[in-house]
Amino acid sequence: MNNKELLLVSPSPHISSGAATSGIMLDVIIALLPAAAAAGLIFGYQALILMLVCVGSCVVFEFISRIVMKRKQTIGDLSAVVTGLLLAFNLPATLNPVYAVIGSAVAIIVVKQMFGGIGHNFANPAITARVVLMLSFPVAMTTWVKPFFYQVSGSSIDAQTTATPLGIIKEGTGEALPSLWDMFIGTRGGSLGETCAAALLLGGLYLVIRRVISPIIPLCFIGTVALFSWIFGQEPIFSVLSGGVLLGAIFMATDYTTSPITRQGKVIFAILCGLITVLIRTFAALPEGVSFSILFMNILVPLIERIGRGKKQKKGEKKA
Amino acid sequence: MAEKKKLSSVLINGVLKENPVLVLILGTCPTLAISTSVVNALGMGVAATVVLACSNTVISALRKLIPDKVRIPAFITIIAGFVTMVQMLLKAFLPAIDEALGIYLPLIVVNCIILGRAEMFASKNRVLASALDGIGMGAGFTVALLLIALVRESLGTGTLMGAVNIPVLQEGGSIDPMIIFVLAPGGFFVYGLFIALAQKLGKEKVDTSAGACGACPAAAVCSKASEKEGKKA
Repeated sequence: MNNKELLLVSPSPHISSGAATSGIMLDVIIALLPAAAAAGLIFGYQALILMLVCVGSCVVFEFISRIVMKRKQTIGDLSAVVTGLLLAFNLPATLNPVYAVIGSAVAIIVVKQMFGGIGHNFANPAITARVVLMLSFPVAMTTWVKPFFYQVSGSSIDAQTTATPLGIIKEGTGEALPSLWDMFIGTRGGSLGETCAAALLLGGLYLVIRRVISPIIPLCFIGTVALFSWIFGQEPIFSVLSGGVLLGAIFMATDYTTSPITRQGKVIFAILCGLITVLIRTFAALPEGVSFSILFMNILVPLIERIGRGKKQKKGEKKA
Repeated sequence: MAEKKKLSSVLINGVLKENPVLVLILGTCPTLAISTSVVNALGMGVAATVVLACSNTVISALRKLIPDKVRIPAFITIIAGFVTMVQMLLKAFLPAIDEALGIYLPLIVVNCIILGRAEMFASKNRVLASALDGIGMGAGFTVALLLIALVRESLGTGTLMGAVNIPVLQEGGSIDPMIIFVLAPGGFFVYGLFIALAQKLGKEKVDTSAGACGACPAAAVCSKASEKEGKKA
């Protein structure tokens, strides 16, 4: 089966150029570069090392599992590189690299290759890996460092920990909240790729212009988060810029395999993603819910797909 | 027909070819709930095996006396009797295990492995074969539980049998224990991986032909079985 067949399964609006998987993935990598550069600036060399570890281990795991499973080698399509980068973006900058390798193994071996490789994963590999790590190492996964902590000499990392803006609100630690400008350029605590809103928006714009993603999912996702945050009495712009909303909406929820194909499906999918995110933030014990909401909606995608194409399927069912 | 089966193959069948947990996918609830520690898994496995062997024997002995229409209540009554005995014995002699197994011990009464074997095997076969089937199936259940528990306990808490500590997986070791393995999602992951492994290693594919589906207690709700029925009709 070649890559074209995998992607051109239905008249999607977003792949009309007959592009190959590797080309699309290259575009995604280019779109992720500004955020990667920002992460390197804000969190220093440890962030860069973590990204290299994630990308490297993802590619190696993909290579090994394709050999063990006696399938055609697929590291050339660059999808493992994208998964690795996205996984790194979802981790705290000072995380033990061993944990990052465990995350890569979960993403590539368990979620992706065991279900048949690219195009067959039941959920977004990077999101699932993050959730597995979150549930496995709750302390390490929520130890955030202050921006530019690496420039402060002579102080231990412990002295440089902070909370994410959402964590500050949830736990009421009394720490000052970063200003909206800080949130926009990314100088706040958080996962290494989620903090710089400007870079993420730039990457998203590139993907939309290159027609790699349709803007429906990001816009509906972000819009829903803003609307319901406002309804629940929170500052909508702050809610959108905080946590992983932009990273999740632009890069994670738009994954072809795990998002609906039809337009109505995309809208329903994205709105529910946003709604669950706000509900978790407002009512659950966790400060942030983007990854859980996307994972949950990934699993519902097969059901959502039925909504958008009622007629054709009904005919077939009658015959049978 | 089943009468002609060699008794030894009946015994081994439950462990390998028709492992109740990994191939027949029965008894999922106790499997996921109990397999967080090896000691509990062993206790659960042995308790279920004892009940299974005893109930299979008695049901097989009574198979010609039990009217077909009330066979399920009759099976349940017999199984419940043995479960009560096992529970009383555990309470008296191994109270720690009894406490750890909690509600899952009395729930053996409605364990679908035991009811399934009563329905599929004991009510159709001779006493000796049924007893061996019970022991074999129980052993298969125990082995599967132990395998899953071994992975979940060692990776999830960094201990083996609740006693030996694995140095790498301790606080201050190179990595912390992965808590997800003792939580429900980790249980499902490990369970799924072992099912995949069993499918891979089992050279014979699971027989889903109409005959095999007819004998399966899940046939009424199973999509594969209804597909077969549809094709036949």
